[in-house]
Amino acid sequence: MIEICDVHKSFGDLEVLKGIDLEVKKGEVVSVIGGSGSGKSTLLYCINGIEDIQQGKIVVDEVDVHAKATNQDRLRQKLGMVFQQWNSFPHLTVLENAALAPRIVLKKSKKEATEVARQELTHVGLGDKFDEYPSRMSGGQQQRLAIARALAMKPDYMLFDEVTSALDPELVGEVLDTLRMLRDDGMTMICVTHEIGFAREVSDKVAFFHQGIIEEIGSPEQVISNPCQETTRKFLSKVLH
Amino acid sequence: MDYVFHWNIVFAKMPQLLHGAFVTLHVSVLSMLLGIVIAVLLAIARMSDSKKISLPATIWVEIARNTPALFHIYMAYFGLGAFGIHLSPYFAVLSALVFVNAGYLTETFRGGFQSIPPTQYHASKSLGMTSMQAYMYIILPQMFRRIYHPMTNQFVWSILMSSLGILVGMNELSGETQRLQSLSFRTLEFFIVAAVMYFIITRFVLFAASLIAGRVFRGDV
Repeated sequence: MIEICDVHKSFGDLEVLKGIDLEVKKGEVVSVIGGSGSGKSTLLYCINGIEDIQQGKIVVDEVDVHAKATNQDRLRQKLGMVFQQWNSFPHLTVLENAALAPRIVLKKSKKEATEVARQELTHVGLGDKFDEYPSRMSGGQQQRLAIARALAMKPDYMLFDEVTSALDPELVGEVLDTLRMLRDDGMTMICVTHEIGFAREVSDKVAFFHQGIIEEIGSPEQVISNPCQETTRKFLSKVLH
Repeated sequence: MDYVFHWNIVFAKMPQLLHGAFVTLHVSVLSMLLGIVIAVLLAIARMSDSKKISLPATIWVEIARNTPALFHIYMAYFGLGAFGIHLSPYFAVLSALVFVNAGYLTETFRGGFQSIPPTQYHASKSLGMTSMQAYMYIILPQMFRRIYHPMTNQFVWSILMSSLGILVGMNELSGETQRLQSLSFRTLEFFIVAAVMYFIITRFVLFAASLIAGRVFRGDV
């Protein structure tokens, strides 16, 4: 379970998160929606400890992410993350991209790591690309590679940071299909997304971020179909056309 | 034009010249390898937010880049000697070349590091890698690929600058050439042959470097 309690985060004078409370249970899919600069992505970076926080607490399976004694590298093994820019490792083949972390972080043998990588790559539909270099693939394929690479670490949670925002429109579908598949596998996910239709379809909970706070949270029906806050309605009317 | 070339005297001394060439190759390759290792650390230090860490690196770089290499050799040989530390000519030249190589390469590497998007580091960390692993497996391989050509310039520089060893009595190619020509007064012949040997050494080192690069650098960065 991920518990987020009263989290405040500032970059210099700019307070980006102004007291966020959120709970994500095992097996849940939580979507985070909201305008640019509302702090959605920052929250994900705080959850996996890439960013520190100024106040509050984030606890993942009873471990305080930002406590001094916490080994964040170890914690991140269970928190898979996929970014807006897919960040393939350009000097490695597709298979090496996915097999590297299992080998050097989880200390699996080369054979085992390659096996896990093959499985996950095949799972996301890249079974015929093992020896390809990422630069020869489309954005959608590279994003699926990033997902498989994270899955090869056998994480308990997956954090998705606007994973379709940088894709050409015709490539969005294949990545969303991959996320649907993960949901069906029972993966616990937090998806920061601009795909409102997707959020409505897959989420157990939707959180609407506005200026660093959660303005509204609830089931997709509540938040997306019948929002009670004026700001939520305004936002949705802008993005749903 | 009534100068008569006497090549036989030079060829008779070929074993000594080849030995000198070997010492030149030896000291310059070693100075590059050590320089690269130190420069990686200095480049990382220079990018640090902490002044305590970045300042020493900055001082190293500024001194190495803005003063003559000859002075560094003198400092290592005569300067340290004044404090009772007596380096052999070989180690004096080696340490001076390492010092300057590291200084120049630091700036090259820093540019290389900064050209790699920070998200590559984030992505590595998000997979549970330690900072060390992220650098070893993700950042450095890409960085070296990008700065490969400027780095080879430094290789050539090291080979050619090792000739300053002549001034502290080192028996590298120039020193050896100097000694042999003074015995025979065939100055022109000896230095022409030495020049050809320098040329061959630099071509050889560049060729070897490109072979290694071809094996190490795969994919598109």
